[in-house]
Amino acid sequence: MSTRDTDWEGVRLHVVTGKGGTGKTTVAAALALALASGGKRVLLIEVEGRQGIAQVFDCPPLPYEERKVAVAPATATRPGGEVYALAADPEHALLEYLEMFYNLRHAGTALTKLGVVDFATTIAPGLRDVLLTGKAAEATRRREGGRHVYDAVVMDAPPTGRIGRFLNVTAEVSGLARVGPTRGHADTVQKVISSPETAVHFVTVLEEMPVQETLDGIAELAGLGDGGLQPGGIMINMVHPLVLSPDQLRTAASGSVDEGELALGLKAAGLEDSRQLAAALAAELVDHARTVTGERTQRRRLAAPRQPRYDLPMITGGIDLAGLYRIAAALRDQGAA
Amino acid sequence: MPRAAAPPLDVDRLIDDRRTRIIVCCGSGGVGKTTAAAALGLRAAERGRHVVVITVDPARRLAQSMGLSSLDNTPRPVPGVATAGPRRDPGAGQDEAGEGGSLHAMMLDMKRTFDEIVEAHADPDRAAQILANPFYQSLSSGFAGTQEYMAMEKLGQLRRADEWDLIVVDTPPSRSALDFLDAPQRLGRFLDGRLLRLLTVPAKLGGRAYLRVLNVGFGMVTNVLTKILGAQVLRDAQTFVTALDTMFGGFRERADYTYQLLREPGTSFLVIAAPEPDALREASYFVERLALEGMPLAGLIINRVHQSPAARLSAARSLAAAETLQADGQLADTPAGEQRTGSGQPQDESHSLAIAALRLHAERMQLAAKERHVAENFTAAHPLVPVAEVPAQAEDVHDLAGLRAIGESFTTW
Repeated sequence: MSTRDTDWEGVRLHVVTGKGGTGKTTVAAALALALASGGKRVLLIEVEGRQGIAQVFDCPPLPYEERKVAVAPATATRPGGEVYALAADPEHALLEYLEMFYNLRHAGTALTKLGVVDFATTIAPGLRDVLLTGKAAEATRRREGGRHVYDAVVMDAPPTGRIGRFLNVTAEVSGLARVGPTRGHADTVQKVISSPETAVHFVTVLEEMPVQETLDGIAELAGLGDGGLQPGGIMINMVHPLVLSPDQLRTAASGSVDEGELALGLKAAGLEDSRQLAAALAAELVDHARTVTGERTQRRRLAAPRQPRYDLPMITGGIDLAGLYRIAAALRDQGAA
Repeated sequence: MPRAAAPPLDVDRLIDDRRTRIIVCCGSGGVGKTTAAAALGLRAAERGRHVVVITVDPARRLAQSMGLSSLDNTPRPVPGVATAGPRRDPGAGQDEAGEGGSLHAMMLDMKRTFDEIVEAHADPDRAAQILANPFYQSLSSGFAGTQEYMAMEKLGQLRRADEWDLIVVDTPPSRSALDFLDAPQRLGRFLDGRLLRLLTVPAKLGGRAYLRVLNVGFGMVTNVLTKILGAQVLRDAQTFVTALDTMFGGFRERADYTYQLLREPGTSFLVIAAPEPDALREASYFVERLALEGMPLAGLIINRVHQSPAARLSAARSLAAAETLQADGQLADTPAGEQRTGSGQPQDESHSLAIAALRLHAERMQLAAKERHVAENFTAAHPLVPVAEVPAQAEDVHDLAGLRAIGESFTTW
């Protein structure tokens, strides 16, 4: 079973973006778990310096170092896998870069003290981005003994509003040195990001603003890099389970619920005060039906870009490791990994 | 209901108090901050205040609901505001307003705000030169912190204009609520920083001596920077900073000055959060930070809280009842949910509607319990911070009635 087809066969760098509050980090972590199952090794990178991965996996803050944070569970037919994580920050990435190209490791400390690193990454936000995307690209391409060190790399990327700029590496550094290592580095990074090896996934919930940002984001990708970046899946997070029939949904959304019928049911279930309770539950049904109807409108809008869509379950009771595994399973079941 | 008792946040008292001149709505991204700010502004206006809401990047429908169709950086009157006059409890504030209020709203255009500052402070030639500077262009449209700083600038301008007696500020969307306080100062400090001066001033003795103390060759530093950034970038930055300096004597002083406004009496902060661990953790950081800075916190608004009109039916009992019905229904073997059950029709013996209602109710109660738990955690850490809760709305807000409903729920929770 380990060779079953997924929607993203051949993709090795998964960029995960989404509007704030949609669960981007959680979904990125779940995707890493899903990709790792089957004996794979996956690296999960965060780039915003907020230690979101450590929180999701409930482990101590991550250093600038690739660390194992979770195992993907083995099943009867598949071996487990490993998820490594890295909290990338521009400062360390720049020092690493200076060492790589100029052998300037010692000067690094002095440069940091002087604020040179901070200065360089502030004065040129594009440099900051290229250092971070560069780290992901490097990990994606890294080989040892003739094979890739990581089977896949998942990047918990900046939110949708900033993703275009973040991934448009070459254009971002165009104001910088036109020759030399920065440019060369940017070109290499852009090549990886623009290749079919990279896909940009969008996490959304079924509300107006996040859906709009998803549609805008997907449209924006076409104009980035060398001939556009590959849009990935639309991860629809926190989907309400369907509990009403289409008829019931329509009626309830219009504000009318048959309280008599409801009361009979409650009575049959042995609940007291069934009439009064029915009125209260009817109000909840109407609320729910309106929410679900609004979500359907948003769902229809998400069909327009014709990208694969994945429904991820609403996890009540907070995301813990078990919730993460459930989301990972949903991603696998639907062919995202 | 047993609950770690947070003092109630009296939003009406805050907006009715004529001494309240600025309300800053803060919170991490995705918590409904913009909607809350708009609802607050509307409510204040309808209670007799002359209000302007500065918003950043609102959802399209929210913008439309306030009659904002274009991003033009100028306060526009919001049509449809019911300005029937105040309905206030006696004693809520001391200056009784005689007439109805008004509501204006504007969307912040950070680039234009920045451009206007430059144009206002420099002669046309110099202004044109600055506006064309590549470094200025990236600074004014993309720098981390520019949006926050320009929101503050706009706040300062509107406060000085004194045309409104209440300004509600919706802070820019960012991961962390703290960015609003930190980013502009970081920007100011950076532009004013030693290093920028050192590198942009033609190497004088002073600069070299300073570097020698740190035992680093000046040449090495410029070399590295030139290599990774390119000489042109450094030159652009130099030209810009020099021009800016002569304009208003240092960016940092201006940022500091603007921030004084936030400590003045009459300014209040409202922290907005969703009832989720991440959002409330951010809210916690922010509350602690405001205390540290001596900035006045009015309270916390927890947005999108799930409540139930049938709270006495617990999640467990509700689920058990659903299961009982389901088991009975399987015996009766009626296809669930496909039957018309209008009046006069035979009753749905599978009770599919009741089962659905009970399952939904159980879910809602579980969610409510979890939300209450995180809210209580916040209050345990900050027992003195007043809290108001806004119930979750079934639909996106798309008109003034929706905003009004949210405004009403600020107080009737």
